[in-house]
Amino acid sequence: MAELIAKSPCDGLLPATIGGMSLTEEHPGAMWAIAPFNGQLKVLGKALEAAHGMAFPAPNRATGKAGSRAVWFGRDMALLMGPAPDAGLAKHAALTDQSDAWAVVRLEGQGAEDVLARLVPVDLRPQVFKRGHTARTELKHMMASVTRTGPQSFQIMVFRSMAKTLVHDLKTAMEAVAARG
Amino acid sequence: MRLPGKGLNQGAKPITFAFNGRHMMGLEGDTLAAALLANDVHLVGRSFKYHRPRGVLTAGSEEPNALVTIGTGGQQDPNVRATQQELFEGLEARSQNCWPSVERDVMAVNDLAAPFFGAGFYYKTFMWPAAFWEKVYEPMIRNAAGLGALSGEADQDRYEKAFAFCDVLVIGSGPAGLMAALTAGRAGADVILCEEDSRMGGRLLAEREEIGGKPGHEWAAEVLAELEAMDNVRLMTRTAVTGAYDQGTYGALERVSHHLPRRHSLKSSHLPRECFWRIAAKHAVLAAGAIERPVAFRNNDRPGIMMAGAVRAYLNRWGVAPGERVTVFANNDQAHRTARDLHDAGVHIAAVIDSRHEAPDGGPYQVIKGAQVCGSAGRQRVESITVRSVKGEEKIQTDCLAMSGGWNPSVHLTCHLNSRPVWNREALAFVPSVGAVPGMVTAGACNGIFSTAGALREGAEAAGKVLEALDLKPAAADLPEAEDDPYRIAALWAVPGKGRAWLDFQNDVTVKDVKQAATENFRSVEHMKRYTTQGMATDQGKNSNVAALAVLADATGRTIPETGTTTFRPPFVPVSIGAMGAGATDEGFKPQRFLTSHGESHTRGAHQLEVGLWYRAAYFPKQGETNWRQSCDREVTTVRKAVGICDVSTLGKIDIQGPDAGKFLDFLYTNTFSTLKVGKVRYGLMLREDGFVMDDGTTARLGENHFVMTTTTAAAGQVMAHMEFVSQALYPEWDVRFTSVTEQWAQFAVAGPKSRQLLDGLLDDDVNGETWPFMGCGEATVLGVKGRLFRISFSGEHAYEVAVPARYGESLYRELLKRAEAMGGGAYGMEALNVLRIEKGLITHAEINGTVTAFDLGLQGMMSKKKDFLGKAMAAREGLMAEDRMRMVGLKPAGAAKEITAGAHLFTPGDPVERIYDQGYVTSAGYSPALGLPIGLAFLKEGPDRIGETVRLVDHMRGVDTLCEVVSPVFFDPEGDRARG
Amino acid sequence: MRITCPLCGERDRREFYYKGAALVRPAEGADLDAWHEYVNLRENPAGPLDELWYHEMGCNSWLKVTRDTATHEILAVQLASEAGLGGEK
Ligand SMILES: [Zn+2]
Repeated sequence: MAELIAKSPCDGLLPATIGGMSLTEEHPGAMWAIAPFNGQLKVLGKALEAAHGMAFPAPNRATGKAGSRAVWFGRDMALLMGPAPDAGLAKHAALTDQSDAWAVVRLEGQGAEDVLARLVPVDLRPQVFKRGHTARTELKHMMASVTRTGPQSFQIMVFRSMAKTLVHDLKTAMEAVAARG
Repeated sequence: MRLPGKGLNQGAKPITFAFNGRHMMGLEGDTLAAALLANDVHLVGRSFKYHRPRGVLTAGSEEPNALVTIGTGGQQDPNVRATQQELFEGLEARSQNCWPSVERDVMAVNDLAAPFFGAGFYYKTFMWPAAFWEKVYEPMIRNAAGLGALSGEADQDRYEKAFAFCDVLVIGSGPAGLMAALTAGRAGADVILCEEDSRMGGRLLAEREEIGGKPGHEWAAEVLAELEAMDNVRLMTRTAVTGAYDQGTYGALERVSHHLPRRHSLKSSHLPRECFWRIAAKHAVLAAGAIERPVAFRNNDRPGIMMAGAVRAYLNRWGVAPGERVTVFANNDQAHRTARDLHDAGVHIAAVIDSRHEAPDGGPYQVIKGAQVCGSAGRQRVESITVRSVKGEEKIQTDCLAMSGGWNPSVHLTCHLNSRPVWNREALAFVPSVGAVPGMVTAGACNGIFSTAGALREGAEAAGKVLEALDLKPAAADLPEAEDDPYRIAALWAVPGKGRAWLDFQNDVTVKDVKQAATENFRSVEHMKRYTTQGMATDQGKNSNVAALAVLADATGRTIPETGTTTFRPPFVPVSIGAMGAGATDEGFKPQRFLTSHGESHTRGAHQLEVGLWYRAAYFPKQGETNWRQSCDREVTTVRKAVGICDVSTLGKIDIQGPDAGKFLDFLYTNTFSTLKVGKVRYGLMLREDGFVMDDGTTARLGENHFVMTTTTAAAGQVMAHMEFVSQALYPEWDVRFTSVTEQWAQFAVAGPKSRQLLDGLLDDDVNGETWPFMGCGEATVLGVKGRLFRISFSGEHAYEVAVPARYGESLYRELLKRAEAMGGGAYGMEALNVLRIEKGLITHAEINGTVTAFDLGLQGMMSKKKDFLGKAMAAREGLMAEDRMRMVGLKPAGAAKEITAGAHLFTPGDPVERIYDQGYVTSAGYSPALGLPIGLAFLKEGPDRIGETVRLVDHMRGVDTLCEVVSPVFFDPEGDRARG
Repeated sequence: MRITCPLCGERDRREFYYKGAALVRPAEGADLDAWHEYVNLRENPAGPLDELWYHEMGCNSWLKVTRDTATHEILAVQLASEAGLGGEK
């Protein structure tokens, strides 16, 4: 019997290294949207803590750590990245599999903020946008999720179908920043 | 002429450059203007209208005259201000608006015809006969108009856009700006300091006045060193703030590589030529300085006649004396510094002419008080001036006249949010009105405070105000000691007399033009401006508007404040279209969305169609097929006879969950979904609040509280926003959550009589009429992967849509094609999909065009009477259900020309083909291989009642005029047995 | 122009989609005049106006933004879910 072969969104597009910065595809594992039902936020928070060891993130924040993270994903929603959600959470929230819906990349290195300043209309400087901060915003006309994962590293997500444009736009900005020295 | 030992660029590297083909030497740090003056080149270009010889007037971005062209072809930049362009090795610049050369310009004949070209010339001359407008006048005007020209070739440069954020944006780096940045920076505020020049310091680089006992430029260097060391301060040189916008947003143009040889900014290189910044600032300190204004007198536009402040800048900053025998003409004390500085540098001062009787004496040179310069003479450079005083007229030999009519504060940015500046009688200038731009404080010369000490004080005070608002404490202020001379000035706008006295140098507007406008009753400043074109050139009248206003005030017997001002609008300096649209070329124009099947369909040579942002396969040409119709017909037939595979992942898919999900859908759709059984799919229709159709699609019930909705590709975003609105704004109490899963699933239509056979062995479970009845849905394991199966049809055939997580999309697509091809089927694209649905009378957004109702579509039966739904009240309006509305029908050819085209209009045969006889229009058309005919869907007045009638189809665009038969919109398998069976 | 989203904070205007006046929806069964007013009639004041903005490129919240149409000053921002726009039910 034939077998289906999995392909990641940025397959064949990455990695790239430009001017001391690197752009790599992340493979975060499962990604599930968790949207608490009316009045369920507190109970859900406890259940999430119990099942996955992290709090339900407040707006503009991410909880957990690399490999198992909950990223605030907009109004009434978090994205659990890493583990598949415990079935018990379904009592308190709508759970929706989005593992294949987003291209996830990591931009890292000196100048990463300058690169994003060319694409994202949000203040991402370290004194304002700290580790564990996240933003739902746009990246050059694409709906995006941007999370700081380290002093010079960001996790960036756009819809899977736009992976090529994401890589193109990021690389173009990286080249321009690198050229300025 | 370069003066050894003078200027701030001592020991700078020599640079070779060329002007109009002539090679010359300059110094690193020179502007092109400085280098030209150092080489005694005064004639730089020709004026716009009269082609008069013009030279360098200023030393900044306000320059109206010294505009040059740099580069050729796709690298050609016209209208580059020589006063801003930095010199680089190999720079080649050319004069503009002259032919064959700047010295011998044929069009200079215009100057002799000047009496014909006065104010309102265009309006008066090019009126009659009307037949001449397009053929004669327009080409003539276009040929003569404009300064520099574009090459007409594609721009080869790279540009960029960027965002920046700060607590305090300081605009300008003169004494006020530096002091403000220093005060704010020391207090810990996040500061961005923008300076349009390549070097920070403003007038401190051009003056010899001291600060704290040392030269101003040294003080500036020390402050800059301190600022540079602060993490919270960002210094941006070559960056002009171009506009002030709402909520503290500022636009700024950074000239990133204009100062480098061209190769650095080409697309093949990576450095942008310019960067357009959007700066979001909590507060701003405007310390933009002031612009010196000329005095209008006869022939005041001759090369060698310059602004007094600019002459000081060339001398003190670049070590260049613009003349050997200089005269100064002023109405204020400050301009006397020009004579002083030149004299100290060993340049001969022929005379200082001051219009005031109480003018200061100055140094060991002649000061003629209470006198005016009333004319100049010379060929391509000033050779002498005529001075008029109580003693009569006197001619003075001079090769450079430094003039000053006072200073205009740079209030531009304070006007961008519609505030008007106010007239200050002491400073004889417009100053910003308080609170003109929320969050902006003004300081220094742009505020009408012209002394260095005043600027420092105001800069510190402005920062103090901002810091207070930011809840930060300024460090104890220690203002250094500095020049605090009073600004003594007496009004002098235009010297009376015959001949042409120039106001707007770039647009060639004279005092006489403004007076004539007033005579012809264009008394409003806005009318005068447009009638004379005063201030409408690329410099926007930076150094001439106020004088023109004063002349108009005088001519109309009003005061200046009574006369008013024109409005300053962004941008403060010209911004190239390339910078505005940075990044939006080629692949950067808009995001591209690719299907998981894209690679495979591309490999198969499929022609791609852009559908919104998506790229979808239009058709798959096979060997021997020479046009798209052949491929399309074959694909349609394949689906009807065997099986076809089509990627339908672009349709919007919305996952809906929650106890109130059914209730929510009942409200969104005209028909009922809460009664839909788990495991079934239903077609639904959505209206807008005004009762017209918004979208259609199928929704599947996967569980008691779990639905998946499908929207059209076109309306996916709109439907999502609509659902969010209903859920958040109208029914927040309903417990329902939804999110787009369009990208999660790769979904393929498997359509045709052999579709069930194809799925056999692909799915773990058996596929039969029991397990997967028509409109059935559910989870299915596809080659071991958890997916979903929907038995729905958009082709009228027995069909399925099979979905798997997108990572498997490409793999599944290949497998489906392999299986289809093995049974005589294959891929089909958008063209075939379209024909298949037209044959079935199924609608898309070609039909749902915003003006159609459920009634027009024959779907009035879908509007439930038992429940409320969005749009119900307005859809019930009489007019939306009227029999004579244009309603959907099918069309078949009935004339000799068998052609049906989308967009064609329909008429009753015999009626004139005129708008008022219009009976309807065609929305979709295609060739049906099954019928062997072109077919179409159309909206026709009383359509369904006219089945069997003949209508006339007229398409003016494509030259089609034929007859059609009105038929049912379902052309193929009207009973629908094929899909159900 | 910048709008402060109650969830995301201050954001550039480009992240938002504008819909028009924020009005209270008539109740089910309201007469056609009420619907006509809701769907078609607008005040268009030169001054404060309640408007609907959608944080489309951000958190997906619909907002009721009170904005002075003459000065562009934003006087208040509220989540549409808390603005009572659904009317009587
Ligand atoms: Zn938001």
